[in-house]
Amino acid sequence: MPARWSRERIERALGIVFKVFSILFFLLITAFPFYWMFNLSFRPFGDVLMNPLRALPRPEDFAHVIAPIAACWGGGGTEACQAAVRNSSYAAVLLDYGFLTYIRNSVIVSGLTVTLTLLLAIPAAYAVTRLDFRGRNAMSWGILLIYMFPAIVLGIPLFVFFVRIQQALGIQLRGNLYGVTVIYLASTLPVALYMLRSYFPTIPRDLEEAALIDGCTRLEVIWRITIPLAIPAIASVALYTFMIAWNEFLYALLFLVETQPSWTLPLGLQQLDSQEVPRTFLMAGSVIITVPIIVIFFFFERFLTRGLTAGAVKG
Amino acid sequence: MKIQTSTIPRRGQSLKAREARLAYSLVVPTLVIVLLIVVFPMFWNIILSLQPIRLQNLPTINLLDFSNLSLNNYVRAISARGGHFWDVMRVTFVYTIGSTILAIVMGLWAALIVRDAFPGRNIVRGFLLFPYIAPVVSVAFIWKLMLDKNIGVITLLGEKIGLPPISYLTTRELPLHLFGLEVNIPLALITVILFEGWRYFPFAFLFLLARMQAIPEDLYEAAAVDGATPLQRLWYITLPQLRAVAGTLFLLRFIWTFNKFDDIFLLNGGAAGTEVLPIQIYDWLFSRRNVGVSSAVAVIMALILGILVFAYLRWFLPEEE
Repeated sequence: MPARWSRERIERALGIVFKVFSILFFLLITAFPFYWMFNLSFRPFGDVLMNPLRALPRPEDFAHVIAPIAACWGGGGTEACQAAVRNSSYAAVLLDYGFLTYIRNSVIVSGLTVTLTLLLAIPAAYAVTRLDFRGRNAMSWGILLIYMFPAIVLGIPLFVFFVRIQQALGIQLRGNLYGVTVIYLASTLPVALYMLRSYFPTIPRDLEEAALIDGCTRLEVIWRITIPLAIPAIASVALYTFMIAWNEFLYALLFLVETQPSWTLPLGLQQLDSQEVPRTFLMAGSVIITVPIIVIFFFFERFLTRGLTAGAVKG
Repeated sequence: MKIQTSTIPRRGQSLKAREARLAYSLVVPTLVIVLLIVVFPMFWNIILSLQPIRLQNLPTINLLDFSNLSLNNYVRAISARGGHFWDVMRVTFVYTIGSTILAIVMGLWAALIVRDAFPGRNIVRGFLLFPYIAPVVSVAFIWKLMLDKNIGVITLLGEKIGLPPISYLTTRELPLHLFGLEVNIPLALITVILFEGWRYFPFAFLFLLARMQAIPEDLYEAAAVDGATPLQRLWYITLPQLRAVAGTLFLLRFIWTFNKFDDIFLLNGGAAGTEVLPIQIYDWLFSRRNVGVSSAVAVIMALILGILVFAYLRWFLPEEE
């Protein structure tokens, strides 16, 4: 058989065709849903019902969306302003449906979760990797176990717990952003510990020992050597925990649903899913909750993918 | 350790003891939170599952009254609604195994096409991670809307190529005529499995890609010298090298899908034959307002998971530490 038609060549040619087809397929399934979300979020619901397949918003659709800016300029409250807000998906979701509050709540909860997770997990991970103490191995295993424990199973006793604390001590934990933050912390700490624990051993021990000989205390070593050298891992942990807290839905549903002023974005969005709310508003809400994550992702992709792969498996 | 000689122990306390004390103080805050919020509730759940507790008397009932513990909740959980529990169990396993395999297969496919450089590879790689990093609430609603019976873009485009105008997420069974045989396919269940595969393939993709890029190049060179074609190299080199990662991925994804609540709850609330264990737990707690039975189902689920996690630790991570 002439070399021109060798199996190697045929397979290679087919491989290229297959690869091009596959790339297009994956781009379609990953990008299209998000494109469609944007498309629907800008169009009036009436038009979506009439022409559900229209693939691009018309210029007048955008005009609707930004109309409130002009109508409410220099103070809201006027009839025209309220009408414009009601007609604009984004303005309606932000102002009439309380998304501004939910954004604030989500920022508080996520920011607090990230800060506290780092504050607690860095020293703990350091202790587990570098210091010798009884129960060290048990703790490493325990972390892994808890990492996989189902949220819904913890939900019930925590719910009971919260109801009873409120009953007995008068501390309102349900409907309380800080109560939920503590629960988020319990689910982010194991992940953070696990990720840091797999990174810290890569920091050269010699550096730390030299600093100890020079008279640094352990805490100074952590602050001056371990943390600066572990910045990539710490960034991964921060991003990963931020995403967990920002996206979290189940605990928000269990513990916040009764008090609307403390809803987080995922819960606020889920509550929009009813017959009375135009579907386009639901998509505007989806854009509001998704865009920050995608922006963060584009800026920090390197850290994020590293975090994702460091999270669960070594080798 | 070398440093031991350079630091002088105070008041006879050995360096080792001091180091341990420091370690405990660094670990304690994390430990307390985890014990209080995870471990304690975990065990308390078992007690709750043995007590007759309804949601309405939760604020008043004496939770520390252990005089009438019984297995009634378990009996009720398993026998209620004519053994509906077993349907839920079956659906849970079909859903979990189906989604897990689909996510890994798609992840493998994606990793294979992104492994070698091509123009725009980084952009494609970025897009591939979208389904996984986007908030579940928004992707669930996007898909719900794309699959809507009246205005869903997928439903309408499907109609144009001859598919029936149906609601994919709420149709329990679709009769299908195949070679004269009539088969009922569980449409809603298949749809949520497809969603799950779509959402979680990026996770598998990342791990498989990382492993693939760590395969030594000379293996391929040697194979090429020996005359192995691209498909043979894939079959005899790449795939065997991925086996360990794929096994770990399968268990991780299995465990996480098994206890996944959000996705199905948001897509269709567990309607049309898609009710899985976590949904049933929620349903017992809030729709039927029975805390006891709800925790009983939770304990059953945790037990199954415990066995799976044990298997994971026992057989897939033996080289750790």
